[in-house]
Amino acid sequence: MNINTTKIISLLFFIFSAFYLYTAYQIQVFAFDENAPFNARTFPIYLGYAGLFFSGLKLILPDPNTIKVDHKNLEYKKTGILILIAIIYGATILKVGYFLTTSLFLFASYYFLGERRWILMFLLSFPFVAAFMYLLHGILDIYLRDPFLQSIGVMG
Amino acid sequence: MIEGILIGLTTALTFQNILMVMVGCFFGTIIGMLPGLGPMTAIALMIPITYGFDPATGLILMAGVYYGAVFGGSTSSILLNAPGVPGTVATSFDGYPMAQQGKAGKALAIAAWSSFAGGTLSAIYLLFMAPSLSKVSLSFRSPDYFALMILGLTAIAAFSSKGQFLKAMMMVVLGLMLASVGQDSLSDITRFTFNNMNLTDGISFVLVVMATFAMSEALTIILKRNDPTSAAKQVSLTELGSIKINKEERTKMYKTIPRSSVIGFLIGVLPGAGATIASFLAYGMERNVVSDEEKEKFGKGSVNGLSAPETANNAACSGSFVPMLTLGIPGSGTTAVMLGALLGFGVQPGPRLYMTNPEIFWSIIMSMYIGMVILLILNLPLIPYIARILAVPKNYLIPLILFFSVTGIYVMSFNNFDIYLMIGIAVVATFLRLYDFPMPPLILAFVLGGLMEENLRRSLLLSNGSWEFLWDRTLTACILVTTILIVVWHIYKTFKVKN
Repeated sequence: MNINTTKIISLLFFIFSAFYLYTAYQIQVFAFDENAPFNARTFPIYLGYAGLFFSGLKLILPDPNTIKVDHKNLEYKKTGILILIAIIYGATILKVGYFLTTSLFLFASYYFLGERRWILMFLLSFPFVAAFMYLLHGILDIYLRDPFLQSIGVMG
Repeated sequence: MIEGILIGLTTALTFQNILMVMVGCFFGTIIGMLPGLGPMTAIALMIPITYGFDPATGLILMAGVYYGAVFGGSTSSILLNAPGVPGTVATSFDGYPMAQQGKAGKALAIAAWSSFAGGTLSAIYLLFMAPSLSKVSLSFRSPDYFALMILGLTAIAAFSSKGQFLKAMMMVVLGLMLASVGQDSLSDITRFTFNNMNLTDGISFVLVVMATFAMSEALTIILKRNDPTSAAKQVSLTELGSIKINKEERTKMYKTIPRSSVIGFLIGVLPGAGATIASFLAYGMERNVVSDEEKEKFGKGSVNGLSAPETANNAACSGSFVPMLTLGIPGSGTTAVMLGALLGFGVQPGPRLYMTNPEIFWSIIMSMYIGMVILLILNLPLIPYIARILAVPKNYLIPLILFFSVTGIYVMSFNNFDIYLMIGIAVVATFLRLYDFPMPPLILAFVLGGLMEENLRRSLLLSNGSWEFLWDRTLTACILVTTILIVVWHIYKTFKVKN
């Protein structure tokens, strides 16, 4: 058997399906439902077996269309930074508020992708988010909590 | 039916809904032009905004984005030989050679008129077919629905990627597994939540769509160092040529359009098939039916060769609405996203939609006509200018896609756990995409997961735990036989290619 990344992904999926199946068997059902033809664990159990079946087949059968990825040409650094910025965004949005966090998220993303036109970067972050916020909050009536804007008295 | 058409027209012709069709078509055209960003991404980005509207308006907006994206894809196929969506690959076979001969304007005009005619004709087919099919589907029972869902999932896996059936089936199972997280709909027992309160209500559909399409596509573009906007920078406004179509070309189109629209519509109705297969089939059929002299021109700028796939891919878009509106079972990844959005509105698509929410049912159909006219107006004179707008650097495009993704999730739940979950799913999806694991089967399975479990539950309870319900009814058995035939045909094809 030829080992390639697709096979490794299939193996990981096989392990994941086994874990899913184990967890499915642990689902607590009501006593009167235990021997019913269908209860809360029936469908997940079938899914667990289906996952084992398809990933098992993918593991065993030869792979005629092997996908080769040239990792040297992949941009891991910028992708990683963008993911990190998104995580920081998630961590700060509730405390700081939508406007400032989102504007800084956009500004930082432009910067780390190599943009250096500061005025354009500014226009496409702070005023852009303000306009979008007005669309959501002011026109579409979707409430956006913003402690920062509340603290400076812009939002009620 | 006349009453329904009037209801539809009254709803679709309000100022707000016409505006939504225009916005949807414009936005869809722009996204559709960008290679790699298809209609599913465009619709996914729109979902949070649609929740501010009523269901009919929201769906009209999404439908506009859908056919706008297919339209936009054909423009980049003709001008740049870079199809924005898979459904417009066949358009480039004759559209791009035409553009190279200095007839880009004519090619765009042929594509625009063919798309308009294909979309309009198939909307007429939909108008007549959907109500009849709705009545027929009222006789469907739980076992039939369960079998139909198995058929839909198998078909989308079989058609999704050449030689990747098992990968697609793994994605189907993963989608169903994600859908099983949260409270069981009948007993309220929590499953796979690991005592995390944020998972009690399950994983949001919008979150999964945003993560697997919008966010993961943005990450993939950065990871692979692609620049979807670079091709648009090459478009020259001065080299488009005339957009006039002469009498001889019109005569050719008159013959091609009706037959391609029928093929496109019928393929679109089939679960899993969609615009890509429709356009290739129409192209192949057209090549077989034209004269030998015309056949020689195929691949070198044939009018028939351009008109056929363009008609078919737009007809297939309308066709794919048939199973969604009449059975409540989406036939493609894109309509699966729309179905999920409809469920989010609290509307249950299916045979009863025709009776319970006629304004939604009919306004979607009627808005298609309006959408086609708007697309024609957009595509003919404005496309070169839209193409220039696309020359925005990816340094701006990617953060904006990420912005719409995270904002979309945040405004739906006001919960940062959902943002983390979306990032996690997007990272896994990006990695899976690198190795050609298709995402549309995952979305379709995620949307159908709850319905599938519900129908299996009813079927098994009624048959007292016996699996005989699968062959008790003729209709169920026929659907299952079709599913088996698709799998057998797929295995046969795989082995034939190998040998």
